[in-house]
Amino acid sequence: MSHAAAAHYTSTGLDSRKIAFWTFIGSECLLFGSLIATYLVYEGRSVSGPTTHEILNIPLTSVSTFDLLLSSLMMVLALAAVQRGDRLWARVWLAATALLGAIFLGFQAFEFTHFVHEGLGFTTNLFGSTFFTLTGFHGGHVFVGVVWLLTLLVRSFQGKLGPEKAMNVEIAGLYWHFVDVVWIVIFTVVYLIQTTPLPAS
Amino acid sequence: MSPASATAQHDAPVVPVAPTGLWSWITTTDHKRIGLLYGFTAVFFFLVGGLEALVIRLQLGAPGNSVVSAETYNQLFTMHGTTMIFLAVMPLSSAFFNYIIPLQIGARDVAFPRLNAFSYWVFLAGGLLLNASFVAGPLFGADRLSVAPNGGWFGYANLTSSLQYSPGPNIDFWVLGLQILGIASLAAGFNFITTILNLRAPGMKLMRMPVFTWMSLVTQFLVVTAFPVITVGLVFLMLDRIFGTTFYNVSAGGDVVLWQHLFWLFGHPEVYIIILPAMGVVSEVLPTFSRKPLFGYAIVVYSGVLIGVMGWGVWAHHMFSTGLGPVADTVFSATTMLIAVPTGVKIFNWIATMWGGRLHLTTSMWFAVAFISSFIIGGLSGVMHSSPPADLQQTDTYFVVAHFHYVLFGGAVQGLFAGVYYWWPKIFGHRLKEGVGKLHFWLMFVGMNLTFFPMHFSGLLGMPRRIYTYGPELGLGMLNLMSTVGAFLTGLSLLVFVYNAWSSRREPRVGKNPWAAATLEWAVSSPPPVYNFSVLPTVTSRLPLWTEHGVSEIPDTPPGPIHVPGGSHWPLMTALGILVIAVGALLHHHFVPSLVTVLAGLGVVVVSVYRWAFEPFEV
Amino acid sequence: MGSVFSRRPGAARPVSWLAAGALILILAGCSGDPYPQSTLHPAADMSGAIDWLYRQIVWWAVAVFVVVQAALVVTVIRFRRRANQPEPKHVYGNTLAEVTWTLAPAVILVFIAVPTIQTIFRVSGRASPGALQVEVIGHQWWWEFRYPELGLVTANELHLPQGREVALAITSADVIHSFWAPRLHGKRDALPGRTTRLAFTPDSAGTFLGQCAEFCGESHANMRLRVVVQPAADFEAWAARQAESPAVDSTAALQVAGLEAFRRIRDPGQHTCIACHTIAGVSGGVAGPNLTHVGSRQTIAGGTLPNDSAGLARWLRNAPGEKPGSLMPKIALSDDEVAALVAYLRSRQ
Repeated sequence: MSHAAAAHYTSTGLDSRKIAFWTFIGSECLLFGSLIATYLVYEGRSVSGPTTHEILNIPLTSVSTFDLLLSSLMMVLALAAVQRGDRLWARVWLAATALLGAIFLGFQAFEFTHFVHEGLGFTTNLFGSTFFTLTGFHGGHVFVGVVWLLTLLVRSFQGKLGPEKAMNVEIAGLYWHFVDVVWIVIFTVVYLIQTTPLPAS
Repeated sequence: MSPASATAQHDAPVVPVAPTGLWSWITTTDHKRIGLLYGFTAVFFFLVGGLEALVIRLQLGAPGNSVVSAETYNQLFTMHGTTMIFLAVMPLSSAFFNYIIPLQIGARDVAFPRLNAFSYWVFLAGGLLLNASFVAGPLFGADRLSVAPNGGWFGYANLTSSLQYSPGPNIDFWVLGLQILGIASLAAGFNFITTILNLRAPGMKLMRMPVFTWMSLVTQFLVVTAFPVITVGLVFLMLDRIFGTTFYNVSAGGDVVLWQHLFWLFGHPEVYIIILPAMGVVSEVLPTFSRKPLFGYAIVVYSGVLIGVMGWGVWAHHMFSTGLGPVADTVFSATTMLIAVPTGVKIFNWIATMWGGRLHLTTSMWFAVAFISSFIIGGLSGVMHSSPPADLQQTDTYFVVAHFHYVLFGGAVQGLFAGVYYWWPKIFGHRLKEGVGKLHFWLMFVGMNLTFFPMHFSGLLGMPRRIYTYGPELGLGMLNLMSTVGAFLTGLSLLVFVYNAWSSRREPRVGKNPWAAATLEWAVSSPPPVYNFSVLPTVTSRLPLWTEHGVSEIPDTPPGPIHVPGGSHWPLMTALGILVIAVGALLHHHFVPSLVTVLAGLGVVVVSVYRWAFEPFEV
Repeated sequence: MGSVFSRRPGAARPVSWLAAGALILILAGCSGDPYPQSTLHPAADMSGAIDWLYRQIVWWAVAVFVVVQAALVVTVIRFRRRANQPEPKHVYGNTLAEVTWTLAPAVILVFIAVPTIQTIFRVSGRASPGALQVEVIGHQWWWEFRYPELGLVTANELHLPQGREVALAITSADVIHSFWAPRLHGKRDALPGRTTRLAFTPDSAGTFLGQCAEFCGESHANMRLRVVVQPAADFEAWAARQAESPAVDSTAALQVAGLEAFRRIRDPGQHTCIACHTIAGVSGGVAGPNLTHVGSRQTIAGGTLPNDSAGLARWLRNAPGEKPGSLMPKIALSDDEVAALVAYLRSRQ
């Protein structure tokens, strides 16, 4: 076949970057799965220091969870805008996604500093070590996502994010939605389904 | 670097050739060059690991020996295991993934050539970091030159997680080295899965792929799923050591067995990562030199997939002595025995491939036959281990050392050497010498058996592993001496191989298909042109070169312009940034220098990734 | 090089020689003493059960080994390329053959699985109520043994009554170790923060060697142990002596000097014997082995040195030299002090 055809030939009809990214997401599932499993194994086994009941703030974290969910909607809208070549709304929705992501990180920063003031540090007990590592990894992923989105935003302003570049945005979207799904799992497992025994009162 | 491509105005298209010079190697994105880089580096580290083994065997050759101190010995066996697994065998497999897979599936390169280069440079960084520990003592105020990792290749917490029991930077080198190597493997995993799934030539359905490519595909799935687990385990270890977290801290309620679960959840798939490519090689070599197709291709493929999947369900068989309880013991014993079934099936299929054939006993073929002979021994001792009560006497003794060396050396290494002798003419354009090759083979086969067969007995007769010395009262001096002699024979065989590689340079040039083999890599010149295929072939058979019209015609010169991607130095720069981050982490006892170094490395990584993402690069 | 191997079943030859040698070694192993840590010469019910299971499995393994290696050898010889042969027929598979060699190993595995599962439950460490309770605590690099019912604490040498079940509760004071006395039972890891269990009944009297079987740091190789199985009456006598703590013989001047040297406060603090060792009535240190009856043991230093004057002197002069990484430091002792300490410690029977 000619070179031009050869360059675009794929066995599956899918873009290679999309396939590669799904394998990456697969590996990330194992990464977060191991972190979550460790959290669950150690839940309720701290011998001292604050426990989940004393320190987790479900109402506040529900707000930040909603914020992240909303950001996923923004991401969907951003991709649609890029795909139809709508430069203005592509920038609006990309900026909105990044902003909501940054707000989530703000909530995390507030929560972490509050916990430290309440006596739960990284090294205080099993809860501290597992909680901060798990949510810290997640937060790090959100941070990378925000940087990625801002990069796409800049590219858009440079006029280099037309519909032909939609795959870049689609992959960023895959990443963003994945990070959101991981948060749903963390929120459920850490905040909502606390299995630490309640203190005797 | 501007790509070497033709313009439309010329009558005959300019045929791309590979660039020359050191810079072209440093910036290469060509899978064939990256394969060569992996291959030479792997052989180098194999010799390093072999030297470590020889010193170990010298120390153990007699009871109460004092060739090396206890600390040196503990560093040697740790580095021997770590080096052989991560720096020798896996990279040698990678050399073949890189060189051969695109050729076997009819592609011009892998899906992400720069990511491919990145994998190599990161691997090299990890290997250098690990081995730098041998001379880094003075930098860390140690009273000896070497602060090499000394906690075993399996680094059990809490020996390794506590600064009380593992002071000094030894374990830090190990943790950081492995994390870096993990990045290299993961990147390669994403790359090769995509390549194999998406870049197959027209007509090459999955069930028409060569078995080597199939086994490599399964291997890469294992890599991308298993490495994250050990990444997490190592992160916990690092956090415990650097920050004082409580993951493996018993007084805080932590469980040292958590490390073992995380490690072996990775560690068992890891051994299949090591063996499956060699099984793939053997599945190519045997049919070629038997002059008949692989017996039961589908079963061999499915059993490989099954082994990969079932390999996730057996990990705790490494933990039978930890007191998991009879129910857990039973479950893992059952899953471990079950996995012997798809493994055993392959052995019979390979023998049946040779049965009724016309066997050309080349060096490559001898290695493939020896693979079967050794692998069955290792597999049978594995079945013995699968029984928890029996394993309570066998685990952590030289019996298990015998078991895994039979599958790792007798299996993976001999299988990969079959590949070396098989694909050497494709890669270098001439064969390795057969006479010298046979000498290499017999020395290695006899040496390997002499080294490891007695270990079944020294283990059953009471010799634990990881001991720098043993008492004369155990009566194990003779068995150990036999193993030591065997080890030196094996070492000699390696020298013979190196001599073969060097002295074969003037062997006669070969054509496209010196072995009259069946798969696509043999349809192009030896070595292949930089663009692999002048036109992408269309395939109608599993054995394209053995089937009439099995593959479309591939002209010797390209009929039209071919774009060959240029090089890029950003993969190397990114790898360098990662190395700097790791060095910064090593300095964690000095906060400011450590932070500065980590941030500097991070800066290099970020800039390099951006430049990489935005440089013009066309596949 | 070619002629010796290429016309023969070369692949089989070295392996079959080794197999024959192996058989000889196995049979030699059956005579016990040449291999005092052998797993193949059981002296207890559990090691016997494991040994029985092992033999079931190993014969299947040998059978499969012979069949496969023979098939390989026959194939290589029979189908070796010869001149003027046609190219072979391309055979792609044979369903019957493939089903057979999938099922046959599966059936063999059933023969291995059934006795395995039975034995798993047998060796799971549950003891009957009347068993002798012993606590095993692993330290870097020595073994602590406590008999809670008898009020005894000793180190490195475990005495057991012949014919009575013993229940070991195993843990570690620092890193992971593994308790292994092969002639009596398989190994069980000693995990910090957890208790693991072994239970067995020794059926022969004698001294059985063992050692730590999980890498535990620099001197892992030097963490050895002895199990002394005695007829019940002898065990009772030993236990009775262990329960006493006789004072030093005031007429033996060297021993009195030794007690003084033992109690001397030295600088730095960890050079002071009583900081780390317990001798009942004298001191209460717990970092090192209990020395109340150290003179009664066959070995010292985690089973690595004979318990005689020479061994004791070597250990006292330079513990880290004998056991690299030893937590017992090198203590500056005069020759007189060494001689006195040796006399005193040997008197602690």
